[in-house]
Amino acid sequence: MNNPTTMNRTTLRFFVTFLSLLTAGGICALLIALAGRNPLIIFQKMFSATLGSSYGMGQLIFKMTTLLLVGLAVAIPFRLRLFNIGGEGQLLLGAFTAAMTGTILPESIPPIAAILLCTLAAMVAGACWALLAGVLKVQCGVNEVIGTIMLNFIAQAITGYLLTYHFAIPSTVHTSPIVKAAAIPTLYKVTGWFTNSPANLSTLLAISMALLCWFLLFHSRFGYEMRAAGLQPDAAQYGGINAKSHSLSAMGLGGAAAGLGAANIILGYKHYFEAGATGGIGFTGITVALLAGAHPLWLIPSALFFGFTEYGGLTVNALIPKEIFMIIQALAIILVISFSALEKRFH
Amino acid sequence: MAVAVRLSAVSKKFGGFTANSNISLSIEKGRIHAIVGENGAGKSTLTKIIYGMHLPTSGVLFIEDKARRFTSPREAIRAGIGMVHQHFMLVPELSVTENIILGHERSHLFAPLPLKKAKATIKQDAESYGLAVDPDALVTTLSVGEQQRVEILKLLFRQVSIMIFDEPTAVLTPSESEQLFETLRSLRNQGKTIILITHKLDEVLSVADTISVMRKGEIVGTVAASSVTKQELAWMMVGRTILMSVANPEATPGKTVLSLKNLGYQTRQGEIKLQHLTLQVRAGEIYGIAGVEGNGQNELLQILWGLTAKEAIICGEATLNGTSIIGKKTAQRVLTGISLVPENRLRHAVITDYTVSENLLFGRHRERSFHHWFGFSSAVISNYAETMIADFDIRCGAPATQQLSTLSGGNQQKVVLAREFNRPAISLLILAQPTRGVDIGAIEAIHKKIIAARQRGLAILLLSSELDEIVALSTRIGCIFKGSIVHEFCQQEVSLKKESEHEFLKEIGLHIT
Repeated sequence: MNNPTTMNRTTLRFFVTFLSLLTAGGICALLIALAGRNPLIIFQKMFSATLGSSYGMGQLIFKMTTLLLVGLAVAIPFRLRLFNIGGEGQLLLGAFTAAMTGTILPESIPPIAAILLCTLAAMVAGACWALLAGVLKVQCGVNEVIGTIMLNFIAQAITGYLLTYHFAIPSTVHTSPIVKAAAIPTLYKVTGWFTNSPANLSTLLAISMALLCWFLLFHSRFGYEMRAAGLQPDAAQYGGINAKSHSLSAMGLGGAAAGLGAANIILGYKHYFEAGATGGIGFTGITVALLAGAHPLWLIPSALFFGFTEYGGLTVNALIPKEIFMIIQALAIILVISFSALEKRFH
Repeated sequence: MAVAVRLSAVSKKFGGFTANSNISLSIEKGRIHAIVGENGAGKSTLTKIIYGMHLPTSGVLFIEDKARRFTSPREAIRAGIGMVHQHFMLVPELSVTENIILGHERSHLFAPLPLKKAKATIKQDAESYGLAVDPDALVTTLSVGEQQRVEILKLLFRQVSIMIFDEPTAVLTPSESEQLFETLRSLRNQGKTIILITHKLDEVLSVADTISVMRKGEIVGTVAASSVTKQELAWMMVGRTILMSVANPEATPGKTVLSLKNLGYQTRQGEIKLQHLTLQVRAGEIYGIAGVEGNGQNELLQILWGLTAKEAIICGEATLNGTSIIGKKTAQRVLTGISLVPENRLRHAVITDYTVSENLLFGRHRERSFHHWFGFSSAVISNYAETMIADFDIRCGAPATQQLSTLSGGNQQKVVLAREFNRPAISLLILAQPTRGVDIGAIEAIHKKIIAARQRGLAILLLSSELDEIVALSTRIGCIFKGSIVHEFCQQEVSLKKESEHEFLKEIGLHIT
């Protein structure tokens, strides 16, 4: 009757999100103008340095890849009402594990095997770290927000210690490089596009992961149970669904996605682990997931948007502080949430 | 007599949907005025207009002959209108007194609360209206009935003169309901105006002075309670004569399906919920458990469905077709042939955000016949959904896209029943309050389905707080009291005593109190 149908809801959500982004952009333009610059020129520069240049496009894709994966790390547990704040810690451990695995492999190993091994190691490390928070939640009742935040600190401390005291090359802050075979080829090398940019083949892995999660959630029996357990835990119990095991799977899957993010940074770009390798990008994953409404496929445009503001901000940093674009990101989320609330009140 | 509330040509539209159309109604001062109607007839919208939660699209609301336009319940409260909601608006962590004065503290910011003075007023109100409740108790520790009394005391504390009750007995035991009616009568005798929203006709006839019947957003009639019968009211509500009890041919029970022997249940706190509970349910019969809520029915259901709390101590035997079911998980029980329609439909039986099709599958999604690779076969499911919708007359749009939450209560329950009645290899069907919150037209259809399932040879265990439902459907009746079956009526007794229903209800009543 007066309830919007499913189809309507999706369109409405899209409209609300679009409107929020537009408003956030408008406010940002105002701030730029207040800072004494012409927003049109700044925006024009941002676009030409990202979408307008082959190198810029590559940078955008590179940023998007990690953001997509850390976004998945938040989005999947979110479906079970679990708020995974630990994407950063899971990514960090994944990165360290990937780099370590890459250094101990023999030089003669075939590239496919080396990449596979390193990637899997990173995913397992991320998954284990997230699962730890999941087990603490399910078995001991430790709230997952607190658990994952604490585990972030621990991950940072462990990797910091191991790097500084054991694995860093003397007088540097990074480990020795991974074997050549473990390096994921850049898209430039493979296709000739995206001149000299760090974008690499792990983007395909990230998109496959998003597709896999989408399929699992919306087209498999596993996802049917998982979504039910997230929507109505009590009903799920009556339906014979084990909500606890689904909580663990969701955390594990999310952690694995975050770990895979390390493949992009370490195996595809840096080729070694260094202090601050992840740069807090795991936390941006939370906002990426919120903007996408925790939907695995909407995460892709959402990650692209955040990648655009992050890299685009860098390109105009000489004219305007890039922090202005952090304001855009945060504003977009606040606006989406408040517009959605307004829209609900309308009905 | 003076008029407390008058509605003049009031309409309320939500988008294209008209919830109330052109309603004119006068509610007299110092009377109990009931508004009855099926689910979705527009009763709630009407009360929300009076209580200031909705503004009417057109028409005028008069309170004591003054035209009013409330934009919030706050204004309605100031005008002397109070409401006891179906879901109580209490803060569980605060005491009764604190809850009652909440929003009405009458003290300066940072000054201590005038708790003593308030307590005295509350005690006085409680005594004069028979609303016994400890003013110092925390609300969490109170029973549902006591919480409702707190809600009423809250209104008295605010000195409202018009009280709206939204389905007040939905959550109460029969004895608590009786007590509530006493309170309502004494409130009326003290000059309060009471507006009672309900769909239980017996209650309305026993407590109300005037009855307005709503159908499809309109008032179809206002009558004096003394001049109308239950059948007449029902006819006004649904617009046709309905059978108050469906045809129930004599049952021919077969072998024992479910056997419970000396079942006991003790909580971790040492409270005994079930003791020496023994009963058998045979194939092709309906075993009705009559009893006041809270006498062990919940615990019995938990044991049967495998959802008992970890710390609870369970003793005794429970066998299905000769094999013990104790200790088996819910998912395994389904395979042994048990099916359950839980009491709290919205919380336990459906996923309201899922579509009708997905809900028809819920709990049965492990059945191989629905599977296709890693997901479900949409062809099989749409076929199955079509069959179920036709068989159970579920009123909905396209089942694959319509959300369950958009259906009426009766249709939601039909979705649950369709799913549970047709499980493969089912031998025992447990029905807890199968028609709670369901409108009369749907009740009849559901009762017919229950009888038909019995005819198919299913063993059915029926738990209901509506005694006439138990009597109308059951082959045998067990009376549960303090965790055991204290009396059992055999098949001959039931079919004989059914002839004089009123006497029979009284006799059952003796065994369950």
